[in-house]
Amino acid sequence: MPAIRYEAPRSVADAVRLMHADPRARVLAGGTDLLVQFRAGTRTPTAFIDIKRIPELVSISISKQGLRLGAATPAAVICEHAELRRLWPGLVEAVHLIGSTQIQGRGTVGGNLCNASPAADTTCSLIVNRATCVIAGMNAERIVSAEEFCVGPGRTVLRHGEFLVEIRIPRPAPRTADAYLRLIPRSEMDIAVAGAAVAVTLDAQGTCTAARVAIGAVGPTAMLVPAAAGALVGSRLDADALERAAEAASAAAKPIDDKRGTVEYRRTIAGVLTRRAAAIAAQRAKER
Amino acid sequence: MSKLHIEAVINGETREFLCDAHETLLSALRNGVGLTGTKEGCATGDCGACSVIFDGRLVPSCLVLAPEAQGRTITTVEGLAPSGEGAVLHPLQQKFLEHAALQCGICTPGFVVAAKALLDANPSPTEEQARYWLAGNLCRCTGYDKIIRAVLDAAEEMSGAVGAPTL
Repeated sequence: MPAIRYEAPRSVADAVRLMHADPRARVLAGGTDLLVQFRAGTRTPTAFIDIKRIPELVSISISKQGLRLGAATPAAVICEHAELRRLWPGLVEAVHLIGSTQIQGRGTVGGNLCNASPAADTTCSLIVNRATCVIAGMNAERIVSAEEFCVGPGRTVLRHGEFLVEIRIPRPAPRTADAYLRLIPRSEMDIAVAGAAVAVTLDAQGTCTAARVAIGAVGPTAMLVPAAAGALVGSRLDADALERAAEAASAAAKPIDDKRGTVEYRRTIAGVLTRRAAAIAAQRAKER
Repeated sequence: MSKLHIEAVINGETREFLCDAHETLLSALRNGVGLTGTKEGCATGDCGACSVIFDGRLVPSCLVLAPEAQGRTITTVEGLAPSGEGAVLHPLQQKFLEHAALQCGICTPGFVVAAKALLDANPSPTEEQARYWLAGNLCRCTGYDKIIRAVLDAAEEMSGAVGAPTL
């Protein structure tokens, strides 16, 4: 076996050069997916490019424009950030669901996105919050929306030499809030059977003026469901509107049968979670 | 294959070790530094046996590469109490003994280190907070109740609480 290298670049430019020079190099953030895959032999990188020594990769900044989240910021740091929790409670609840205290100390949102599991908890929340992904590469930085970032199980839009450096989320409009729910067969630390994130914006009278709905673990990637959002917009988020959103989410779901659940069950649950997450997001938006 | 030379502050002392680029911190601690208190359980980040405190964060040392430790500060179970004659155990260790919160002992260093990180962050956790915090540490023989009682008892003793409700 040729020697595997470990590199800890101090800048994005250095990391890009290292990634470009070696097609089989892999970015190491929290390592909670990559090092497990490496030990199992399912990934055989020639180099680990540890991006955590690049200061902006491990940072949180919130301005009038919104959030800039370094891709390698660990979950525990995100969950401890009071302003982030206040502005995006649904995103933080999705982050908080991933793994144990130990995993939270290592795992990152950037890694959750790049691992591209259809059941990744944070992806739906990123999508409903209109997150964009800043990708560094040899030529120029490019920006891809969260809903376009994953293209299939384990596959992303990242090309040779590129890596995810930052996630940007615009600041929520007034009376806007999000929520995320997933179903797992036990109370903690499992992979979603289905998940749903909802973000809603209300006007002063309580009518929904904008909505985003995304569902996870019910297709090859987390998906935006415009029809479910359409059922919410213009309504007062009453039971009837929530039910129509649930039906739209179930109709959009394209799950598979596996050990976590059947097609039929997942389809139903995607709707139930959409309805409940919409109700939570609506309540949060009213309180703002 | 040439080894990497790493220097880190481990249990308050600057230590140097040699490791492979793809070696885990767990392996380097046990085989390179000779600190065998940290155990390997699952080696996939699921069981908590290899827990260490890494720059103030509780992490599974099986999912940290050894070279990542360069310049970092690490606490392992060996760092909780001073060694040598007359040295006393850390209150957590003492309470684990008093509550018989271990049988085979393979999970114990991970539990003790994870509990130390809990009490560093939250000196007076509720039982629910302690159970959630320690949910990533698996024990296959004692069961969890004695462990939780030991942790809460240690918290009470360390915070010097008087008249706090007993479990």
